Amino acid sequence: MPKIRAGLLVSAIVVAFALASGSFRGAGAEETPSTAQGLAAWGQVYSVLTHPRCINCHTATDYPQQGDDRRRHVANVVRGPEGKGVPGLNCAGCHQETNADSTGVPGGHNWHLAPLEMRWQDINDRPLSSAAVCRQLTDRSRNHNLDGPGLLKHHEEEPLVKWAWSPGRRPDGTMRTLPPMSHDEFVAATRRWVEAGTPCPK
Amino acid sequence: MATYQINVNGQQREVNVHPSTPLLWVLREDLKMTGTKYGCGISACGACTVHLGGIATRSCIVPISHVGDRPIVTIEGISQDVVGRAVQEAWVEEDVVQCGYCQSGQIMSAVALLKHTPKPTEKNIEESMGGNLCRCGTYPRIRAAIKSAAMQVTKGGA
Repeated sequence: MPKIRAGLLVSAIVVAFALASGSFRGAGAEETPSTAQGLAAWGQVYSVLTHPRCINCHTATDYPQQGDDRRRHVANVVRGPEGKGVPGLNCAGCHQETNADSTGVPGGHNWHLAPLEMRWQDINDRPLSSAAVCRQLTDRSRNHNLDGPGLLKHHEEEPLVKWAWSPGRRPDGTMRTLPPMSHDEFVAATRRWVEAGTPCPK
Repeated sequence: MATYQINVNGQQREVNVHPSTPLLWVLREDLKMTGTKYGCGISACGACTVHLGGIATRSCIVPISHVGDRPIVTIEGISQDVVGRAVQEAWVEEDVVQCGYCQSGQIMSAVALLKHTPKPTEKNIEESMGGNLCRCGTYPRIRAAIKSAAMQVTKGGA
């Protein structure tokens, strides 16, 4: 009996140590990403954010842009006080709740420009650096007070974010280009970045 | 083809058209309401502007399948509205129209502006009307008419 008790005690100590060191996790659990892994994931996120489908409405200008060449929006459309255009020229005056593929006009719920504090380009239409976009995205005074999980939820569920992967057809009938990875991959990259503590490049 | 029930100028109308048919062509060809004009067909000129659910909308690029139950107001029905009536009267007083082709769209955008902003600034007018093109160049008279209508609207408490 004393040998059995001693054996149980040793086993308990081994299990406790393993749990404390994190080496006894379940098969499905993953390690917290390192900062380097988080930065790599951020690089993927950044490549999506600066794609025309996203940055065309995260402008530094007083108007939206359109197309892969990111030209000024037709019809002299302006930002307006709430990023939704102005009374005679409202975003919703063309952009309906869903894409209109027969006429080539994209659509989605609550079509609007991102606020100026969420611009991802400079006034010369050049995308901001990876570090600058990252700092801005994680600045809760400029991101609607979103923490890491909030940013992840935004990337995962916001209809206008998801629209980037279902952008519909251009007026000439061809498909609009997509961001450089799938939405699932984008969400997974965001999750890794958030789990790593939303590190930003220097 | 599909059947749609739409509300145009307060009246319920039924049309049987292909779902991709732009609202403009439903109005002009099926309902014979030709006050709304075809200009560019790509939402760049504003000649086709109507109000859809209270929003100035380019009817040339909105398929009928996207309209739903939102009320449509066209140039033929805008005089039923106090602001619409004031704008039309101002248009006559200022003798705005030259060839007239773009004017129904101009009036629909002007009404949308004044309903939201009864006392518009110069910038408000420029921004709201900036998408309505006029090849005759009646812009100074359009601007004057909007200011006149604004005075009428605010004086009347509309």
